[in-house]
Amino acid sequence: MINQLIAYMQYPFVRYALIVGILIALCSSLLGVTLVLKRFSFIGDGLSHVAFGAMAVAAVAGITNDMLIIMPVTIISAILLLRTGSNARIKGDAAVAMISVGALAIGYLLMNVFSTSSNVSGDVCTTLFGSTSILTLSELEVWVCIILSVIVLFAFIFFYNKIFSVTFDENFARATGTKVSVYNLIIAVIIAVIIVLAMNLVGSLLISALVIFPALSAMRVFKSFKSVTICSACLSVICAALGIIISIITPKGTPVGSTIVAVDIVVFFVFWLIGFIREKVR
Amino acid sequence: MAQLSCQNLTLGYEGKEILSNLSFEVNSGDYLCIVGENGSGKSTLMKTVLGLKKPMSGKVITGDGLLQTEIGYLPQQNVVQKDFPASVREIVISGNQGRCGLRPFYTKQEKQRAAENIRRMGIEDLQNRCYRELSGGQKQRVLLARALCATQKMLLLDKPVAGLDPKVTADMYTLIEGLNKKDKITIIMISHDIEAALKYSTHILHIGNETFFGTRQQYLDSRFGAERGLF
Repeated sequence: MINQLIAYMQYPFVRYALIVGILIALCSSLLGVTLVLKRFSFIGDGLSHVAFGAMAVAAVAGITNDMLIIMPVTIISAILLLRTGSNARIKGDAAVAMISVGALAIGYLLMNVFSTSSNVSGDVCTTLFGSTSILTLSELEVWVCIILSVIVLFAFIFFYNKIFSVTFDENFARATGTKVSVYNLIIAVIIAVIIVLAMNLVGSLLISALVIFPALSAMRVFKSFKSVTICSACLSVICAALGIIISIITPKGTPVGSTIVAVDIVVFFVFWLIGFIREKVR
Repeated sequence: MAQLSCQNLTLGYEGKEILSNLSFEVNSGDYLCIVGENGSGKSTLMKTVLGLKKPMSGKVITGDGLLQTEIGYLPQQNVVQKDFPASVREIVISGNQGRCGLRPFYTKQEKQRAAENIRRMGIEDLQNRCYRELSGGQKQRVLLARALCATQKMLLLDKPVAGLDPKVTADMYTLIEGLNKKDKITIIMISHDIEAALKYSTHILHIGNETFFGTRQQYLDSRFGAERGLF
């Protein structure tokens, strides 16, 4: 099996997939804790549907570099969604649901009505579940992904302490002079970038899993913000690498995105069990 | 000049007034208790003093070298914090955040400050524990240490003993009294507990249908004090 793996590593597309997969997994796990604790677990889902809609528009308009449309649209939606969320939780929830299904429907509609491809449902399925796109990355896409991931990573480290303060207690942070709305904005932009990146890996339906599962698993076992963040980053990278490898070496070739999420789910149950046993022992 | 003065404040939600024409002053070293029935606007008043909410009219002015962002604040326990994975030390040091501006990491001095306040609150042995596993009283001490990282001048406490048992409540009051007497930190406390308010405070602000502001003695001599029939 190792030999088989080494043989596969000769192919550039396998190497690309692993590099991109690991970077995306790393980035997406970072903000997981913040999103879960701010009760924004579903924002990833909503935004990815927006990104799907934007992608459909780009495809219909015949724009070849669809990143140019997807990225700004997603960032703007992220800002709008997080803003409503900070004022009223319930309204925020409804807004996420509305925008997400709205964008999904419009995107699918556009793709069907104006489609130039002969296999619409295949295209849609690929976008939603990211079935093969990660194995067909061009070198340029790999570089874009690497650069964006590095930016996200540095932004997260740079703003780490501020993200902690804003997540833990927004009112206290604001009262003692932290520019909360600026940092909420930064969080929103980082999330949007991550979502757009992650669409390549797991497709727009499964992004939330990539954001939330590692954080939730880490929270079962670890007790401080730092250890949870580090653990969820490690878990996410390991799960992504495992998922990609499994999907490549299985004879029939499982879909990459759902394999990664399946591995994430297994890890979550393992960590849940560890947490459960530790609690019982104490 | 007073550290904090509120002038002709009118507070309310979405155009509906709940408090009107409220004026009071807090001087350095005071211990002010804000009392009043549920829904009388205590929490709204607190948010306004902290600058989280704009008053419908009137002004909140800070003076005597106090900036508005230097008011430390002990919130009521909210939902987000309940399952937050954070160690005690991480929370206490985050009290320094307001001073950081764009600087990404805490300085040595700020770390020392956090350690010092952890010692001051007597929670050194809890430093590496997870916040969500602590008891109510321990949580309050952690948040108090965080507030002390943000300020050395004025603390605003929102029902600091709500949900604590009698012994822990007494400890908490003693702790706050120490901060006020020994460290000369001005205290503003929102409270339901009028007995304790009268025991520790120097000034009382009563809001509700009738507004009263004055020293503890004036309050006892007033109709409010007489009604209580205790003194």
